[in-house]
Amino acid sequence: MAPRILLGLLGLAVVAWIGNKAGQDMRIFWIVTLNGLTLAALFFVVAAGFTLIFGLMRVVNMAHGSLYLLAGYIAFTLQGNWYGVSSNLLSGTPATVVSWIVPLVIATIVIGLAGVFMQQVFLRWNQGQDLRQALITIAISVILADQMVAHFGGIAESIQQPAVWPDSVSFLGIRYGFFRLVVVVGAAVVIGALLFLAIKRTRFGMIIRAGVDDRAMVSALGVNIQLVFAGAFFIGALLAGLAGVLGGTMIAVQPGNDSAFLLDSLIVVIIGGMGSLGGAAIGSVALGLVNSYADVYLKFGTNDFTNYAILLTFILVVAVLAVRPLGLFGRPA
Amino acid sequence: MSVARSATPPAAGLNGRGMRITRWVAIGALVLFLAGAPSIVDSFTLAQILTKALWLGIAAASLIFLSSYGGMISLGQTGIYAVAGFTMANLVNAAGGKHLGWDPVAATAAGIVVATVFGVLCGAIASRSYGIYFLMITLAISVIVFYFFAQVTTLSGYGGIRSVTSPGLIGNPILNPVPLYYVALVASVLIFLGIRYLARTPFGLALQGIRDDPARMQALGYNVPLHRALAFGVGAFVASIAGILSVWYTTQISPGGINVTQTINILIIAVVGGLYRLEGAWIGALVFSTIDNYSRVWMPNVGDWLGPDRFETIIGVIFLVIVLASPGGLVGIWESLWDRRKRRLAPISAPGIPAMEVVDDAVDHPAAV
Repeated sequence: MAPRILLGLLGLAVVAWIGNKAGQDMRIFWIVTLNGLTLAALFFVVAAGFTLIFGLMRVVNMAHGSLYLLAGYIAFTLQGNWYGVSSNLLSGTPATVVSWIVPLVIATIVIGLAGVFMQQVFLRWNQGQDLRQALITIAISVILADQMVAHFGGIAESIQQPAVWPDSVSFLGIRYGFFRLVVVVGAAVVIGALLFLAIKRTRFGMIIRAGVDDRAMVSALGVNIQLVFAGAFFIGALLAGLAGVLGGTMIAVQPGNDSAFLLDSLIVVIIGGMGSLGGAAIGSVALGLVNSYADVYLKFGTNDFTNYAILLTFILVVAVLAVRPLGLFGRPA
Repeated sequence: MSVARSATPPAAGLNGRGMRITRWVAIGALVLFLAGAPSIVDSFTLAQILTKALWLGIAAASLIFLSSYGGMISLGQTGIYAVAGFTMANLVNAAGGKHLGWDPVAATAAGIVVATVFGVLCGAIASRSYGIYFLMITLAISVIVFYFFAQVTTLSGYGGIRSVTSPGLIGNPILNPVPLYYVALVASVLIFLGIRYLARTPFGLALQGIRDDPARMQALGYNVPLHRALAFGVGAFVASIAGILSVWYTTQISPGGINVTQTINILIIAVVGGLYRLEGAWIGALVFSTIDNYSRVWMPNVGDWLGPDRFETIIGVIFLVIVLASPGGLVGIWESLWDRRKRRLAPISAPGIPAMEVVDDAVDHPAAV
């Protein structure tokens, strides 16, 4: 019980600290909170795919971050090559809704298919050997990371959002980025709701839930479980791809994003519990808020500790694991 | 399956002896070569391949120790050796960092102690997680250490700490690589023997019991998380030595050298060598540093796909092939070839007795990854 009491006190102290800071400047507080929530929305889309694949197949897809980044590069390249869109204000044409949506759809589907390919060729015949599968996907991510540097270079690029969309929205006396707040958060909410309904209310979801509990029994009941696995891998990779395009528009497409978002997915599911959609949502919000509060509020008088923000992520993980070794909603395999 | 020596059929015993003799001859030849290496190979090969393989091998050995004796595949070793390296580099005179001007030997000891304590703490966090969870938590530890040093520039300089002072014994490894080579060699041998010794102590045996069946060991009254956390501390101690050697080797340490790529590289070395055999660490490291050097010279350009700069692709493909073909790595391939030969030479004479492998190590082959 001791760690729980300690953590409760720590949590109270954090809330009091943030409350104190918020009292000083509400406007900054809202913006920092929105930064955290929009980041959380992006984390959720990435981590939902990751946790879905794990939940059903016990495959930890260490190439998930690579799929995320590859989608960004594909969409960026398509936008430039097909529509002549570029971030260069002088020579490039601004993006339209079509020249943003079409690359998004194509990149997302290509990544979904790439995920299925990966699963069928490398993972299918190693079913049940989870560490070996993790090592295989690590090998794939190493190759993909190097090939992406070779083909797309090392410069940070960004996918252009449609020019007809407003830059920002105003409410409660603050202005906030339209794309981050409306598009990314909207996408996360829609995806979360669809996944929830699909898993709880449809036949496919029922098979998936049954497959999580007892793969062999579902198979014996006449369900083609291999098809279900391929389908789940397709959706999981698809979500990585979609997040890659959203993230590439919201932040940037650059080398290193693959490992950064793999780490974020890992932390989200370590906090939330592997295989749990609700856990992924809560883990994303926790990680997003901790990141963004720590980046701004970690100042005590004249001492600026914002450089140490990453340590708070570490403390968050430690705090959750100290109480629940399998994450908030995790359960033993 | 491990078989008690007395229970082995005579034929297998003979072969076991033959294998042992071959092994000792091989080890003798290897020691002679390694001891005389500075006068056999040129100083470039010595520094770029052998010394590098030795310190990378120590880093991989810390991982293999945890995986083969403790059943824990850790990606945290790079984070831990980074803590050792950065602690040491900040304490001595250097360009960047805190340059506190400590004696290099005292700073080295401090670096090892700090990293080992950090390792025990990380072990305490991760010790209740198993398998893939353990892998993920330790990966998170490594990446968080990387971000920490990348962001806290008062501790990591801007872009790294350079011209780190080494002890007088080492001198300048770029002008004269021989002393550092011998230091790395002696460290490797001591670590190899030390881990083998540890595996036979009550602690090592309990650790292997926990690897095979944590629930049963718990029921027998062992404190399972404590054993795993302490084992992680031992791994951290070994990794911290690799971290110190890496700083002496390059005379600098930067966040770029401890990133995810490096974390994965240490894993690749361990897997390519063989996750369940300690000697695999150095074999994998030798393969790695050899390819690292020569692929940058010899590899032809194939479109954008392959070329002198595509080292990571080459090593990634090798890693993929090894994982797909032989979970035991190169050592595993060697052993299965040896087994096949043994079986051909001496077919089991007594019917009904299954072919049993004689293992004269304390380590057995756990189930494949």
